[in-house]
Amino acid sequence: MAKNIVFSRLRKVEKNERFDDDLSSSCDSDEVHVLAVDDSFVDRKVIERLLKITSCKVTVVESGMRALQFLGLDEEESSVGFDGLKVDLIITDYCMPGMTGYELLKKIKGSSTFREIPVVIMSSENVLTRIDRCLEEGAEDFIVKPVKLSDVKRLKNYMFGEGRTKSQDTGSNKRKLQETSPSPSPTSSISPEPSSDLSSTSSPSTPRSPPSLDSPTRRYKTSNHDLNE
Amino acid sequence: MEVVGQLQKQYVDFITSLFREAYLDDQYVQLQKLQDDSNPEFVVEVVSIFFEDSEKLLNDLASSLLVSISLFWVFILCLRPSLLLMVVLFFLLFLFQLYSQQQVVDFKKVDGYVHQFKGSSSSVGAQRVKNACVTLRNFCEEKNLDGCSRYLNLVKQEFYLVKNKLETLLRVSITLW
Repeated sequence: MAKNIVFSRLRKVEKNERFDDDLSSSCDSDEVHVLAVDDSFVDRKVIERLLKITSCKVTVVESGMRALQFLGLDEEESSVGFDGLKVDLIITDYCMPGMTGYELLKKIKGSSTFREIPVVIMSSENVLTRIDRCLEEGAEDFIVKPVKLSDVKRLKNYMFGEGRTKSQDTGSNKRKLQETSPSPSPTSSISPEPSSDLSSTSSPSTPRSPPSLDSPTRRYKTSNHDLNE
Repeated sequence: MEVVGQLQKQYVDFITSLFREAYLDDQYVQLQKLQDDSNPEFVVEVVSIFFEDSEKLLNDLASSLLVSISLFWVFILCLRPSLLLMVVLFFLLFLFQLYSQQQVVDFKKVDGYVHQFKGSSSSVGAQRVKNACVTLRNFCEEKNLDGCSRYLNLVKQEFYLVKNKLETLLRVSITLW
């Protein structure tokens, strides 16, 4: 059973590498490797394609346990020879049977080896307390499903832009605002406000002012409990 | 050549109507964006997975709402009572069932299935199915068995409608392009 998993992962990695060679896109020579976790078959297919089309190496797994196994974080310490494949980003669904995305996030942030890897949570439910909990636990971002191409592009840009620093790209923020204004759908992902990261005191009013418009959620570095009900 | 042009126009009209009537929403457009020469079958693949997944979910949903009913009757029949006794027992159990169904159906399980269905339909852009799932979830939260059964039928209906339309759409698009 494990052998099959390894083999299918190998195939995926090979496919990715071949695919990336064909693309010869403008991305860096060292591609971003993303580990995607989702229990839904449909969502796995979509997120895999979204990431591949933005020139990322992708490994998709269907559960938190599998993700931990892949990272080598499970109890068995079974390193199946994948230590060489460094994971640059983990993107996981929140609601999953067995281990939820939140539990997976805690496990990753609790590990000294993998704590530094940014984790992004996806969820179809736009629940503020859930978002806060994840961000407090160390999640990098929270994307509301269904995930769009613009979400992934922006994520990649602000996380792995030039020099692979998390430098705030004001251009991408503007793009996001322009993008979301024509489409009035309430589901969209959040993006970091440059000012809120630089200043230690975040004003509660600013991020929360347009809750019902394009971005109902905002990322706060400091947890503001007065914002909860 | 004119025939192709006409077919293309029909395709465009058809897909426009699907968006207008909310069978599909923007997420379907997102899927189309992900399809290109390097992956020309992407939409078909995702939609096929969605169809398969959904059939299974609908079956699971139907059985999770019905299990309480069948068990009672099986129990009665196993007792092999006399005809009069059977009639009395049936009547009593019918009343009991009406009362107890709310407690026997695992609404949490049902809600879990509906959540999955809502998620997958949302990911492919099947807007009407998604909306029906949202309402069905409300009935689950209220533990309203009657509402759940009724709305499950609606969800099923919407699913088969959009399935039909998507199959037509994809069939035409494959022949045209």
